Amino acid sequence: MEAFLHQVLAGLATGGIYASLALALVMIYQATHLVNFAQGEMAMFATYFAWSLINAGMPYWPAFLLTVVFAFFLGVVIERVIIRPVENSPVLAVVVVFIALLVILNSVTGWIFSYTIKTFPSPFPAEPIFGSYITSHQGGAIGVTLVVLLLLYLFFRFTPLGLAMRAAAQNPESARLVGIRVGWMLALGWGLAAAIGGVAGMMVAPIVFLDPNMMGGVLLYAFAAALVGGIDNPAGAVFGGFLVGVLENVLGAFVIGNELKLAVALVLIIGVLVVKPSGFFGKVLVTRV
Amino acid sequence: MSRRQLILIAIVLLAACVLPFVVSSYRTFQLTMVLVYSIALLGLNMLTGYNGQISLGHGAFYAIGAYSAAILMDQFGWPYWATIPVAAAVCLVAGFLFGLPALRLEGLYLALATFALAVSLPALLKYHHLESWTGGVQGIVILKPEPPFDLPIDADQWLYFFTLAITVLMFWLGWNILRGRMGRAMTAIRDQHIAAEAMGIHTAMVKSMTFGISAMYTGVAGALGAITIQFVAPDSFNIFVSIVFLVGIVIGGLASISGAIYGALFIQFVPNIADAISKAAPWAIFGIFLLGFVYLMPMGVAGAVRMAVARLTRKAQNQSKS
Repeated sequence: MEAFLHQVLAGLATGGIYASLALALVMIYQATHLVNFAQGEMAMFATYFAWSLINAGMPYWPAFLLTVVFAFFLGVVIERVIIRPVENSPVLAVVVVFIALLVILNSVTGWIFSYTIKTFPSPFPAEPIFGSYITSHQGGAIGVTLVVLLLLYLFFRFTPLGLAMRAAAQNPESARLVGIRVGWMLALGWGLAAAIGGVAGMMVAPIVFLDPNMMGGVLLYAFAAALVGGIDNPAGAVFGGFLVGVLENVLGAFVIGNELKLAVALVLIIGVLVVKPSGFFGKVLVTRV
Repeated sequence: MSRRQLILIAIVLLAACVLPFVVSSYRTFQLTMVLVYSIALLGLNMLTGYNGQISLGHGAFYAIGAYSAAILMDQFGWPYWATIPVAAAVCLVAGFLFGLPALRLEGLYLALATFALAVSLPALLKYHHLESWTGGVQGIVILKPEPPFDLPIDADQWLYFFTLAITVLMFWLGWNILRGRMGRAMTAIRDQHIAAEAMGIHTAMVKSMTFGISAMYTGVAGALGAITIQFVAPDSFNIFVSIVFLVGIVIGGLASISGAIYGALFIQFVPNIADAISKAAPWAIFGIFLLGFVYLMPMGVAGAVRMAVARLTRKAQNQSKS
C-alpha cells in the first residue's frame, strides 16, 4: 500500500508537468484549432535558455521569470513569422510546418548547446519538506502547476485582455466586428502557450535531465492528457495530465513494467480518439456536410 | 505513357545499371539506400499525397519490415530474398489494421495518432519479453548476401541490382495502382470524400486498403534497408525516421510518382554534404527546406520539373511556329 501511495504521488508530480504542457497545447488548439507538434521543442529551447542564464550566475527565480518572458516572445514571434502564412492552408501544410519547426528547434539547440546531457537545478530543497512520500521537487512541481492554472483562470476570467482572447477564439468574425485584433490575440495565445510550456520544461528538466530530445516522451503524454480531458477544455487538460501521470506511474510500476510506459500514452491516444474523440470534458464536435 | 516518357525511363534505367560499375562501393551502397528510400517514399506518398491521410509514423512500418526480415534471417535462417514478401505481407496486415481505427481520425488527429505510434515504437522494440527475437537494445546483425551463380560482381553491386529489380517492380505496381480504379478512388476521397461516397466508392475500404498498401511499400523498403545496412536496432527507428520520410515526400513532390525518387536522392545525399558542417546541420537544413517548400514550392521538385518541361516545350513549339 505504501509503495502504491508513493507511486500515485510521484505520478501526480509528473502529471503536473504533463498537465502544464497539455494546457499549452489546449491554448493553441482553442485559438487556432491546431495541435502544435513543436510544443515540446519550444519548451526545450526555453529550458536551455534558462540553463544558460543560471550557468552565467543568475539566481534561479529571476532566471525562471526571464525565461517565461523569453518563451512568451518566442511564441509570439513564431506565430507571427512562421505560422501566419499557412493559417488558412490545408492541414498537411500546417503539419509540415510544425514538423519543420520541431526539427529546426531541435537541431539549432543541438548546434548551440551540443548534444551532451546536462543537469538542471531544481529550485526546491533536496531534503523532503512534504513528508517522506514525495520529494520536494515533486511537491514543488505540483504546486507550480496549480499556480499556473490559477493565474490562467484569473487572467481569462477577470481581465479585459483575457475576455478579448476568449472572444477571438470563440467567434473570430464577431470579435473582429467589435474591434478586437484577432490576429494579435492568436499571437498572444501562442505566446502564453509557449510560456506555460517553458515552465513545464523547467520543471521536467531536473527529472529527465537536459538534452535536445528530452521532451519527446513528455510531449506524447501531454497529447494523451489533452485528449483524455478533451482537447478544447483547459481544466480537462489539467485533469487529464494528472490522470495520465498517475496511470503511467502505477501501470509502469506494477503492471506492465517501465519499458512499456510510453505504450500507455499510445494506447490512450488511439483509444480516446477512436472511442470518444471529445475526451471526458470536451465539446462534441458536429460538422455540417 | 507517351513515347517521350518511355525513352526517359529507359535512359534512367540504363544509367542506373551502369552507375555501380563506375562509382566506389560506398557510393553503390548509398545508391542502394536511395532505391530503398524511394520505395518507402512512394508508399507514404500514396497515403499522404494521393489519399490525403497524413502519417507521421511511417518509420514504424519501416521498422516492422526491417525487423521481419532480420528476425527471419537471424532466428529461422531464411535466405534474404525470401524475407521480402513476408515483410510485405506483415506490413500489409499491420497497416490495414492500423488503418481501421484511423478511419475515424481525420487530418490532424491521424497525424497525432501516427506520431504517437512512431514515438513509442523504439520502446516496444526494446521490450524484454521480445528480446529473444528482437535482440533488445543490442539489435540484430545480419550477414551481407553474396552474389549468386558466380556472377562477376561484388556483394555491394549484387545487392544494388537486387534492390533495383524490386524497386522497378514496386514502381510498376504503384504506377498501375495509382492509374487504375484504386488510384482514382484514392484521389477522389482526398479531394471530396462525400462526393466520392456518393459516386459509390467504398470510402472505408479504400482508405484502409490504401493504408495497408502504403505500409506494405514501406515494409518492403524496411526489409531491403535492413539487408543493406546489415543491422537493426530499436534506436535507429526513432521518430526522426518518420520525419525524414515526410521531408522526402514534401521535397520530392506530393502526389507524384517521380517525386519519390527526387525525395530519396535528397534525403540520402543532403545530410551527407551537410554533415561536414556540423552534426546538427542536416536537420537544420531539412527543417529550412521543409519550410521553404511549403511556402514557395508546394508541388515539390517533381512539380518544378514538370513546370520547367512544360515551359521549355511551349517555347520550342512557339519557335517552330514562327
